[in-house]
Amino acid sequence: MTDLMVPHEAEVVERISESATIFTLRLRFRDGSRHARYRFVPGQFNMLYLYGVGEVPISVVSDPQDDALFDHTIRAIGRVTRGLSRLQPGDRLGIRGPFGCGWPLEQAQGHDVMIVTGGLGCAPAVSVINYVMRRRQLFGELVIVQGVKHAEDLIWAQRYHRWSRMEHTQVMVAADVGTALWPWHVGPVTELFAQARINASDTVAMMCGPEGMMRVAADHMRALGIVEGSMWLSMERSMHCGVGRCGHCQIGGKFVCKDGPVFNYTQVKDLLPVRGL
Amino acid sequence: MENGFLCRDRFQDLLEALRSLGYQCIGPQVRDGAILFVALVAAEELPRGVRDIQAPGSYRLERTAGPRFFGWANGPQALKPLVFAPREVLWRAERAEDATIRFIPELPPPLRLAVIGVRACDLAALDLQDRHFLGPPAEDASYAARRASLFLVAVHCSDPSDSCFCASTGDGPRASTGFDLALTELDDGFIVESGSGRGAQLAASLALDAVTGDMRSEAAAQAEAARARQRRRLPSRDLRAALFARLEHPRWALVAERCLACGNCSSVCPTCFCHAGVETPELDGAASVHARVWDSCFTQSHSYIHGITVRSDTRARYRQWFTHKLGSWHEQYGRSGCVGCGRCISWCPVGIDITEEAAAICTGTGHD
Repeated sequence: MTDLMVPHEAEVVERISESATIFTLRLRFRDGSRHARYRFVPGQFNMLYLYGVGEVPISVVSDPQDDALFDHTIRAIGRVTRGLSRLQPGDRLGIRGPFGCGWPLEQAQGHDVMIVTGGLGCAPAVSVINYVMRRRQLFGELVIVQGVKHAEDLIWAQRYHRWSRMEHTQVMVAADVGTALWPWHVGPVTELFAQARINASDTVAMMCGPEGMMRVAADHMRALGIVEGSMWLSMERSMHCGVGRCGHCQIGGKFVCKDGPVFNYTQVKDLLPVRGL
Repeated sequence: MENGFLCRDRFQDLLEALRSLGYQCIGPQVRDGAILFVALVAAEELPRGVRDIQAPGSYRLERTAGPRFFGWANGPQALKPLVFAPREVLWRAERAEDATIRFIPELPPPLRLAVIGVRACDLAALDLQDRHFLGPPAEDASYAARRASLFLVAVHCSDPSDSCFCASTGDGPRASTGFDLALTELDDGFIVESGSGRGAQLAASLALDAVTGDMRSEAAAQAEAARARQRRRLPSRDLRAALFARLEHPRWALVAERCLACGNCSSVCPTCFCHAGVETPELDGAASVHARVWDSCFTQSHSYIHGITVRSDTRARYRQWFTHKLGSWHEQYGRSGCVGCGRCISWCPVGIDITEEAAAICTGTGHD
């Protein structure tokens, strides 16, 4: 347990600014053998420790087979994340992890994949998109659906454009509020679902974003013919420990940090509609 | 196993025997109008002739003329603070001049503690804390270290308070497991039973008299009276389905109007395990201490994520505490998280009664 609770020193190798408040830290453990041993699956998260300030749970967005570095995309919003945003290459931080269950990527092999993300919560899903892109022959059609409140909230627009040009890949982006040069749909993202080019009964869906969005998205996907057992979603709750001890991440009887953060829809569908759980 | 009868005037022998094995004794004593577990040197320090009068929102001690040391139900503490410390340093980070950071794990100091006067409800709660802190993915090192150092001397409850309902949860008033020694207090002394090898060894080192048939009948009658005296009860030992079918019951809003969200119930609850990571940098900037401290699901910060408080009002927080305690525990650890100690009832400043709320919420359709 000591090993699970105590961070290990890591170094910022690169800092990428994604938007005014969103940034990516590319990291490696200072201890080479620890770095070589470190393994994660997309959807899992690390606890990032900022010296003298505290820890935050952040999902890993890089590819699990990228041995050189692992990446975290972070929005500067709280005390720890604002401090993390000021780290520069060469700066040190602490890392514990990885924790939790990842996306069902093996289960999705050979099937169509529909990825639905909302708001700024797309980072855990980007790791899946990258994963599928690099192993394209293992999967069927890939549909990427991203909804944002305001067109200006969309980060990684170039990636969406690039993905949309890939074979057997469909990208649908929507903003509730568009701008003059917004090339995609204006309106609720769920209006686009019917256009998804998938074999619904043979599709694995993965969702990430606000709970209300995921609940509505699940309803629309069920209407398309995607079975509930093939829908997966990543949940978010306060986390202080990462190992199911601190109690903050509970939703019903689930500890999001260790039973999730990726859940099958059937595990949480009764809890999703209840506000304030 | 029944070992014999320890005369009241030989109680000090038990403390000395534990001390000679390297244990520091902790026992119940009157402090600031309540019974607390504090360092115990002499049997005279025990709360002789004291009883507790408990009721919703009320805890008072009274003097009686009797000779008994354990003629009261419980105080606010249970065993929780001894194993799940209110503040536990987990590690220390040291930053060198070249900005490298070194992490140094910390464990609690090795201290062998013998706790005298443990109640059945406290033992049941300890078992629940064990399931939480010692289960997968790995034993919690700090908890495990504190837990391994405990020698537990239970005293079967003879005087449950008005708040108690351990008979209803199946956890008392008689301690059945989890102790090294268990005592039945009679006016002249104690029937001694051992529940572990080291307990039996310790009992063998004491000068014990034979237990008579009269003593055994008195002990049995006392246990039955302690059970019969309890008036509060929960509607069932498993309320999970009933509670999760009633998450929008109007009672949640009613109880939220009375609840102060102060967190007293979660502090005195012997099974509540929530804790927060707290960082304390040292003034010279060269080191920072990371500790876990007790937290409560009644605080605003408990459900905070990136600018949002998931449980934004008292209704949601009370519902979380209640549905976790009596419902989700079944899913997580195979039984209810309530051991019937009644502390949350007595120490609630507005006297909210968990058994009354359970009856109001879990009976009927939930749409009334």
